[in-house]
Amino acid sequence: MIVEIGHYALVLALVLALAGGTLPFWGALRGDNRLMAVASTTSVAQFLFVAMSFAALTYAYVVSDFSVQNVVENSHSLKPLLYKISGVWGNHEGSMLLWVLILVLFGALVAVFSENLPLKLKALVLSVQSWISAAFLFFILIASNPFLRLDPAPLQGRDLNPLLQDVGLAIHPPLLYLGYVGCSISFAFAIAALIDGRIDAAWARWVRPWTLTAWCFLTLGIAMGSYWAYYELGWGGWWFWDPVENASFMPWLAATALLHSAIVMEKREALKIWTILLAILTFSLSLLGTFLVRSGVLTSVHAFATDPTRGIFILCILCVFIGGAFSLFAARAGQLSQGGLFAPISREGALVLNNLLLTAACATVLVGTLYPLALEALTGEKISVGAPFFDMTFGPMMVPLLIAVPFGPLLAWKRGDIVAAGQRLLFAFGAAMAVVILGLALMGTPSALALFGVALAVWLMVGALSEIAFRIKLGRVSPAESWRRGAGLPRSAWGTMVAHFGVGVTVLGIVGSTAWNSETIVTLKPGEAVTIGSRTLTMDGFVPISGGTYTGTGVRFTVRQGGNVVATMEPEKRLYTVPNTPTTEAAINTFGFSQLYVSLGDISADGSTVVRVYWKTLIALIWLGALVMTAGGMLSLSDRRLRVGAPKPARRPVAVPAE
Amino acid sequence: MRRAMLAFGFLVAAWPAFAAVQPDEILKDPVLEARARALSAELRCLVCQSQSIDDSDATIARDLRVLVRERLQAGDSDAAVKAFLVDRYGEYVLLKPRLTWHTIVLWGAPPALLVVGGALAIGVFRRRRVATVTGLTADEEARVEALLARDE
Repeated sequence: MIVEIGHYALVLALVLALAGGTLPFWGALRGDNRLMAVASTTSVAQFLFVAMSFAALTYAYVVSDFSVQNVVENSHSLKPLLYKISGVWGNHEGSMLLWVLILVLFGALVAVFSENLPLKLKALVLSVQSWISAAFLFFILIASNPFLRLDPAPLQGRDLNPLLQDVGLAIHPPLLYLGYVGCSISFAFAIAALIDGRIDAAWARWVRPWTLTAWCFLTLGIAMGSYWAYYELGWGGWWFWDPVENASFMPWLAATALLHSAIVMEKREALKIWTILLAILTFSLSLLGTFLVRSGVLTSVHAFATDPTRGIFILCILCVFIGGAFSLFAARAGQLSQGGLFAPISREGALVLNNLLLTAACATVLVGTLYPLALEALTGEKISVGAPFFDMTFGPMMVPLLIAVPFGPLLAWKRGDIVAAGQRLLFAFGAAMAVVILGLALMGTPSALALFGVALAVWLMVGALSEIAFRIKLGRVSPAESWRRGAGLPRSAWGTMVAHFGVGVTVLGIVGSTAWNSETIVTLKPGEAVTIGSRTLTMDGFVPISGGTYTGTGVRFTVRQGGNVVATMEPEKRLYTVPNTPTTEAAINTFGFSQLYVSLGDISADGSTVVRVYWKTLIALIWLGALVMTAGGMLSLSDRRLRVGAPKPARRPVAVPAE
Repeated sequence: MRRAMLAFGFLVAAWPAFAAVQPDEILKDPVLEARARALSAELRCLVCQSQSIDDSDATIARDLRVLVRERLQAGDSDAAVKAFLVDRYGEYVLLKPRLTWHTIVLWGAPPALLVVGGALAIGVFRRRRVATVTGLTADEEARVEALLARDE
């Protein structure tokens, strides 16, 4: 019964979405306030019904209702409760339902939290949002229904995939979807602005919190996925330029560009057309990602051709929304007025450079991801585009971008002084040079690329700090005065500093773990030891392990440094009983920001075990940097100006004492 | 099948949980071994999702790793090893496609995008600078002065 209620709630949500997509839209065109006011109600109601539907499916998973086909295929009564719940979105149908749930959640949030939005704009935004949810609800009901029943019901579920029984994996998809689908709001705002034909600084300010929220979740989601791959895969890789990863990385690059161009629009009313285009592009890339992952086209063009129902359906949604958005853009963009003027060397100019490099990098990832598919579809020729390609093309584009980052916030709006900005960054430059000299002195002749990378990271971090130091006049006025100035700075300024600092942290992690990564692959017997760097790992022996759904063997290692025991590590080989699947669990120990990573290969009958030991210098900084970036985003999100309603004249950041 | 991509949201694909070079494959000569590792990172495991043979535990990946090492020991250059594998398995085995007529768009796109994007940005600056009003009128100067004076 509960399952049927869930199914029915989904149908009701579709009807509400259709109503919410048409009535307020009609009202907005005719200027009918009562019809426009419907938008908030339908948006909130859509969320309630989809949430009810999602709860029903979750219930079916929790009680292991094996009369539901989706539960049979993707669950098992022996699964721990947490993984029964995460199993809801661990499959095609359920994950699409989660996708829509988050979509309508954002719609409802806009309805509830945007009281100061003009009624017409709000009605249009929520209509666009309703169109998207209607399309995907229709897709779920027609081609991907998770509520289908089975008769007779089997006694047991079929899936207990051990790889999915992981906490990281349980929360990774919701985080990523919050980011992905959150981009729909800026899309809806862009379409609404194009229909309305009006776009100004206030628009940019209204969109900003939504874009920032989506960006924060996307950053967290990608970082989380990367860390999962790192600890689960057993050889210490953390980014593979896999098409599925690229599918989430492209919206991130576009959203990062959008965040920056929207600043120009908000402060200077410039780059309007470009910002609108980016908002459309960002969500288009999200939709493209949904298509790539959901259609099976990545596995093979032929696999897609043999069972194309779902793929074609999503492709149609993709074409309608992206095609429609771009047509509207082409028709209306010309009518948008040009904004403020600025010189090439200015804050605006720096943000244009940021956008140029980010979008070119994003397009590079897009071309690299789609090229093999297109080539195979057109000529039948199969090629691979993998990590070496992206390292060669994407990497070089990031270098000028990262070098330019510290300059941006130091340049004035309209007309900046690059020499003055450079002078303020002298300290950061000095710090970067000092690192190079220190590196040369300490390590003899390390790789030039590695030194450059570390210098770049230091430049980014100290550069971010320099900007704030300059703004609070650190060292030029009394500490109390600096403190007062710091407290008076808008939160968004601190957010910028923290986020840019985080970029430096991530760069340092990437460079460190790439350049000073050492690995040893040996066969050990109990009692034998292996040395990596300054640490020695002694294999103490085997430990039997057992969890709820698996049994296995752990191997105990004692890690010594200079004769002292600094850690014990216990990588495992597990055997999950249903289905019979062996997995290995790496053991990771963090020393400072570096990590020692041990994973097991085959264990022979005589006890000799293949052991892989990796030393990953500073690798934890990669994800720590992503957390810092997210913190920067959240700090910026808490900025007062995003909470107050209509744009007000800029508050003087620091009150000047009366003479 | 662990190799198959999991039908699982926007996730990274499921790679085999343990991977890569086995101790018995490693060559005695560290220079050759380093070359073998570098080469392996550029060669695709033919049955995997976006994995190089250096990272994969699939049987074919192991066979290819051994084959690469055999060719290197026989004195082949890196390019010769790649050519040998392309002869056998096609261009698909290379993770970094060679520049041919079929891949010219792929390799050309990134620099072309930068150049075109840069040119567009510069074009917009040029066109708009013509329209820029230069300097302030005397009246505006006076108002600026007044405003500044008020803030002091």
